[in-house]
Parts: sequence; C-alpha cells; structure tokens
Amino acid sequence: MRMRLAPLLAAHDCSVTMAERRSQAVAARIEESRALVRELRLTDLALFTEARYTRHLTQADLHTAFQDHPMAFEHFPSGSLHAPPRLLRPTDADLAAPTEVPD
Amino acid sequence: MPTWLLRQKYLIDFTLSSLLRRRAKNLGLLLVYTLIVFVLGSVMLFTHALRQEAAAVLEGAPEIVLQRLVAGRHDLLPASHLERIGSVRGVQKKEGRLWGYFYDPATRANYTLMVPHDRTIAGGEVVIGAGIARTRGLARGDFYTLRGQDGQPQTLRVADVLGSGSELVSSDLMLVSEDFFRRFFGIAPGLYTDVALTVRNPNEVRKIAEKLTLLLPDTRPILREEILRTYDAVFAWREGIVYVLLVGAVLAFVVFAWDKASGLSAEERREIGILKAIGWETGDVIRMKFWEGALVSLTAFLVGYLAAYVHVYYSDAALFEPVLKGWAVLYPRFQLLPTIDGLQVATLFFFTVFPYTVATIVPIWRAAITDPDAVMR
Repeated sequence: MRMRLAPLLAAHDCSVTMAERRSQAVAARIEESRALVRELRLTDLALFTEARYTRHLTQADLHTAFQDHPMAFEHFPSGSLHAPPRLLRPTDADLAAPTEVPD
Repeated sequence: MPTWLLRQKYLIDFTLSSLLRRRAKNLGLLLVYTLIVFVLGSVMLFTHALRQEAAAVLEGAPEIVLQRLVAGRHDLLPASHLERIGSVRGVQKKEGRLWGYFYDPATRANYTLMVPHDRTIAGGEVVIGAGIARTRGLARGDFYTLRGQDGQPQTLRVADVLGSGSELVSSDLMLVSEDFFRRFFGIAPGLYTDVALTVRNPNEVRKIAEKLTLLLPDTRPILREEILRTYDAVFAWREGIVYVLLVGAVLAFVVFAWDKASGLSAEERREIGILKAIGWETGDVIRMKFWEGALVSLTAFLVGYLAAYVHVYYSDAALFEPVLKGWAVLYPRFQLLPTIDGLQVATLFFFTVFPYTVATIVPIWRAAITDPDAVMR
C-alpha cells in the first residue's frame, strides 16, 4: 500500500513546493508594485494603454467611455469589453423608497 | 469496517466494473464533462486572481484624488485650490500630482509621463517602465528623443528602468523631472494635473470628499474605494462576457448529459432487471446508480478543476488571456498569485456535480420499481 502511494506522495510534495515557491515570488512582486503605487500615488493598472480613459479607468470623466465626441462609438477593444455606465443599466425598483403616506 | 461502509465499497466496486464495461461511452462523457468544468473553472480562477491582484496592488493608492473639471472635462488644477484644501479638517497631506500622456507614433502606444514626489530625477534624465524598455529596446544609459508641445525634439538619458516586478502598474511609465515636464507639455508653474490627498482617519474619507465638493464645486473627488470597485467591476464584467459566450457550449453539454443520464439504454434496463431478479432491492439499484453518477461527476470535477488550476497558474491562462486581460502594445508581463476561493469552488461544484447526479437517479428509480420480468423483456 505504502509503495503504491509513494509516487502520489512525491507528486503532492513536489506540487506543494512549486506552489509555495511561486507564491513567494508573486507575493514579492505584488509588494514591489504596492510600494511603487504608494510612492508615486498611482491609481490604475497599466493594462489598457490605448487611450487616456482606458489607461486611467478610474480617473476618466464621468461620461466615459464614449467621450471623444457626443454619440461617438467606442473604437478601442478594451472599451468594448468594459461595462456600460450604471445609468444605462436597468435597476431594480427601490423598495425602501420614501412614501408620501407613513407606513 | 462498519457494514454500511462495506456495502458502499462493494457497490462502488460493482459500479466501476459496470462503467468499464461501457468504456467508450463513459469515457466520452467524462471527457466532455471534464472539459466543461475546465473551461468554467479556468475563467473563474483567472478572473478571481486578477481581481485579487488589482485589490492588493491598489491598496496603496491615494485615499482621495481630486480633479478639476472644466466643461465636463478633466482640467489642470491651480495651486490656489491646494491652499483651500488645506483648510479642510482631517486632510493629513496634499500633493499636487503632475502626469500626462505622450503618444509615441513609432510604437503606436501611449506613455504616461509622471513627476515623482519622493525621488529626484535630473533635468535631462528619465526613468522608464519595463514595458517601454522592452518595446523600444532601451536600457540604462541609452538616449531617447521625444517631440515636445513646441515641436522641438527633447533628448533624455535613461537613468534607470523600473523593476519588472512592478510592471502591472509601471509598464508604460516615464518618470521625469518637474522642470522637464512643465517645459515639455507647456504647463505653467502653479498648475497641477490633480491632487492626491492623504486622510488621517479612513472613516472620514467620505465626509471629507463631501466637504471638498462643497468647498470647490468645480472639482470631483475620486475615492480609493471607488478605484478598487472599478477594477472589481471591470474583471467581473469580463468574466460575465466569457460566461455568456460559453452558454452555448454549456447548454449543449446539459442536453448531452441529461440525455445520457436520464435515458436508459436497453442494456442498462436488462442489467437492472437481472440485478432485481437475483435479489437486489430497489434501494440497492438506486444507490448503485447514484454512485455511478457521483463517480463520473466527481472525477470530471476534480480533473477539470485541477487542469484549470494548472492552465491558469502554470501556463498563464494561455487560452483566455487575450479576452480576460485585454491587450495593448505595452502590455505588462506578470504572473498571477495562486488563490482559490471556497465559495467559487462550491458554486462550480453545485452547478456541475449536483444536477448530473440527480439526473441519473430519477430514471433509475422508475426502472427499478417496475417488475424485473417486464424490464428484462
């Protein structure tokens, strides 16, 4: 039984060691990024660099992403995958809305 | 070993040999099932890791960023605003940030030029992000020329390249001196891009933002919690889009599995008939079939989830990367931190293993309560 389990145990140990090593490396990288964010007061990830309102998603104007001119269609790939503004999305009725007559 | 456990062990033994008798059919089902779990699990793990990553990295972002808006657009903020902010109680530190964009026609990419507060950069020097260094083939000591607002070329010496560990936030950054920045963009002294505020008490952030909008009606505060929420929403939205694209495949699997699980073949009916004729009770037959469904779905779940884990964390989600991460000329290179969210695993488990196991039991129960003689004919 022990002999049959040996390869499995070895594989388990190996995967745990690999995961630990990777976690440590990634944790160090995250710490480095966090330190730079703190130092430079950064606000956004450098994921979508094609336009100002995709590079700094959180700093973009309130009426992003269709902001090049009124009624402009979005022409950047990341914009097409970004959620539309809350206003354009239907919301549920407000059940806790104030009433004219007290309950 | 208690009798109950022994009984289950024998039932599982019998089920396994019964499954192996119809090897091709069951392996086909297992493969498709595993693939579905793999795809759904990959998307789940990847987006979860990205969201965790964004939250961990942006934890150090300023508590409040104050922008000035003119005609609905972000505009430069005068130093007089900075002085007025100083009168708001609870604001520990205020710093005028200087940053802007520069479009490089050679690489067709936007760079973010920024003036750092806590490090000194000499007038003719620049510190660049690893993405720019890679795309432009620049290293420390190289020279880089940019065309300024007056059309004149400005040459900068690369003083340093930011560590590749921070690429996620610094891939497209160019850190320059304040003098150079103002000259390059033609920004007069006393004007800033926006203001980063440090607040002493985190519970007061909202109140301070409220006070700032009253004090400076032409400004818009952006809170750190809003920044974190935006990234959470961006990746959640992307995850949703991939799920929508996968709905067709998942539905096809549901139909396939339902058909396989709920429709009994003549051979299976005969098997049930024989088992009942040799003395098996209805309960035993149902238990046996329950184990069949559970074994297939559990194996598919475990193998699929494991494969998804390897795919996401060891091959950097090669299959979904372009859709989930997005793309750009200066895309940062980074590896994700392996994290598993218990709730997500439970959700995936519930929606994949549970329905299949239930679907196998109902038709078996129907066949098992009928007369063995009728079933065998």
